[in-house]
Amino acid sequence: MQRRWKTSLAAVAVVAALLGVAACGSSGSSSSSDDTSAGSPNSGQSVAIVGYSVAEAAHKVTSADFQKTDEGKGVTFTSSYGASGDQSRAVESGLDADLVHFSIESDVTRLVKSGQVADTWNSGPTKGIISSSVVVFAVRKGNPKNIQTWDDLVKPGVEIVTPNPGSSGAARWNALAAYGQVIAGGGTEADAVAYLDKFFANVVALPGSGRDATTAFDGGTGDVLMTYENEAILARQNGEDFDYVIPDTTLLIENPAAVTTAASPAATSYLDYILSTDGQQNFASKGFRPVIDGVDVGDVEGATDPSNPFPTVPHLLTIEKNFVSWSDVSKKFFDEDTGIVVLSIAKSGKA
Amino acid sequence: MVLAVASEGRAGRTKRLGRPGHLTKVSGLGLGVSLIWFSLLVLIPLAAVVTTAAEGGWDAFWHTITNEQTFAAIKLTVSQAFLVTGVNIVMGTLIAWVLVRDSFFGKRVVEVLIDLPFALPTIVAGLVLLSLYGPKSPLGIDIANKPSAVTVAFLFVTLPFVVRTVQPVLEELEGDVEEAAASLGASRFTTFRRIILPSLIPAIAAGAALSFARAVSEYGSLVLLSGNLPFKTEVTSVRVLSSVENNNTEAAAAVATVLLVISLAVIVILDIVQRRMSRRG
Repeated sequence: MQRRWKTSLAAVAVVAALLGVAACGSSGSSSSSDDTSAGSPNSGQSVAIVGYSVAEAAHKVTSADFQKTDEGKGVTFTSSYGASGDQSRAVESGLDADLVHFSIESDVTRLVKSGQVADTWNSGPTKGIISSSVVVFAVRKGNPKNIQTWDDLVKPGVEIVTPNPGSSGAARWNALAAYGQVIAGGGTEADAVAYLDKFFANVVALPGSGRDATTAFDGGTGDVLMTYENEAILARQNGEDFDYVIPDTTLLIENPAAVTTAASPAATSYLDYILSTDGQQNFASKGFRPVIDGVDVGDVEGATDPSNPFPTVPHLLTIEKNFVSWSDVSKKFFDEDTGIVVLSIAKSGKA
Repeated sequence: MVLAVASEGRAGRTKRLGRPGHLTKVSGLGLGVSLIWFSLLVLIPLAAVVTTAAEGGWDAFWHTITNEQTFAAIKLTVSQAFLVTGVNIVMGTLIAWVLVRDSFFGKRVVEVLIDLPFALPTIVAGLVLLSLYGPKSPLGIDIANKPSAVTVAFLFVTLPFVVRTVQPVLEELEGDVEEAAASLGASRFTTFRRIILPSLIPAIAAGAALSFARAVSEYGSLVLLSGNLPFKTEVTSVRVLSSVENNNTEAAAAVATVLLVISLAVIVILDIVQRRMSRRG
């Protein structure tokens, strides 16, 4: 009897392990190398990238191109991708990282506080930002509910899916965009709060992460998914069948990156490469808006209009111009007891 | 773990070797290794959680767990866990009964498949549940973003526990006792109630404890289907994650401690039931 128990337990363990490995395979580590290129300045060095999930596709193409340059010859890459906050906490508690690329600034700030990133990380020309995008509405194919504006979102009967701003740091961009566009349109803070209340009243699902939200939307939940332009483009490149709408007023999403204090020189070279026109072109091909001028983005597959993938947004809000700073935002909007967004979400649940 | 609990149910009946308090060298070594192992994996991490929760002081702890939204999440999680455990006690015993006493085509397959919820990564379970019971359900059942989504997810992941603890006990049950009861004029129902059920209760209690504890901590399998709506479908694990995301580890630990205490209480109660019954048996 006991033996049978043991065999069945062992079988279960093996299956679990195999499935676990299979599941990790897609999002886990990967490495690549080019051994035929001795003699370049960074040859033999390795760069450990720790990034947030959506950045993976961009780094894959960009690091491969970097390895073809003089600086990048012989450099090997290892990488780890996951939820931005989780990744940042992982590095804080010892995950080996040369280059970190997060969704929001506070995830880098955490590492500055722990002394793993120099406090001058955002002193460069792009202020530490290496990729950017805008908040968009993903809608069902053909936009059957004709959702074009923020006002359309709060109409009765419109079902919104947005990742949970509580558990997903990246989802905070969406909530801030919803709030900020009211102010930008001449509304008062009270108007903006009233809008948020209506917005969250229409939310039918608050999945834990951007990835989960896309999965839920894909599974048929809701009429509109709050997402970012780059995620929408990437998802469409991967065969997802939905449209997306860029509202006239939206928020600029800026994703920071930094080299750690323990980083190899190759990591700095790679960061420089990302910020070059070539590097930004690679990022653009995966849906990110360039953070420097003069980048020929060419055709971007998956964009609504591939030949004009990143149309100018008439009223583009930024954290710096419209919200002071991330630390301010964290306190004012996301404090667990008094945050405007937190209270709005709680109110929606009691309605 | 399941194995240990399952066999513990019968421990009352097997006579212990040696007197308590007198350990041979080998068994002393075994005890030492077990305790260190248990401490490293369980005791120390749990102590750390409780310590972190205590760091903020009683006021902070109380403030955290009485937050309306957190409290609603705890209430939902615990009540659903109780409900699901109740269902498992009945359905799990029934499945175990069918697997042991009946033979039918495909029995072996079912036997293997029972463990599947155990083996699946929970997020995969979540995907399966979303496609089966979400808006695009081929069965026409859409429970996405409703409280019943939490129930279904809990049911899915806790299914194996009672089945797997009851099954071996049922298999070892001597048929002649039942025959004797029958020959003495007991009806089938009386035989089940007076003869079979008492021997099964320790195993059922052990399975119930496991299934309750598992349900209380569940996260992965329900995030896609439940929608995490506050006051409606948001479970406690999501509240813990929110606190972690806000760098508020004390609050996260406080909520975790509440779950820990509730689970512990349930396990202890079920353990008492189990001991009582096995002593009587």
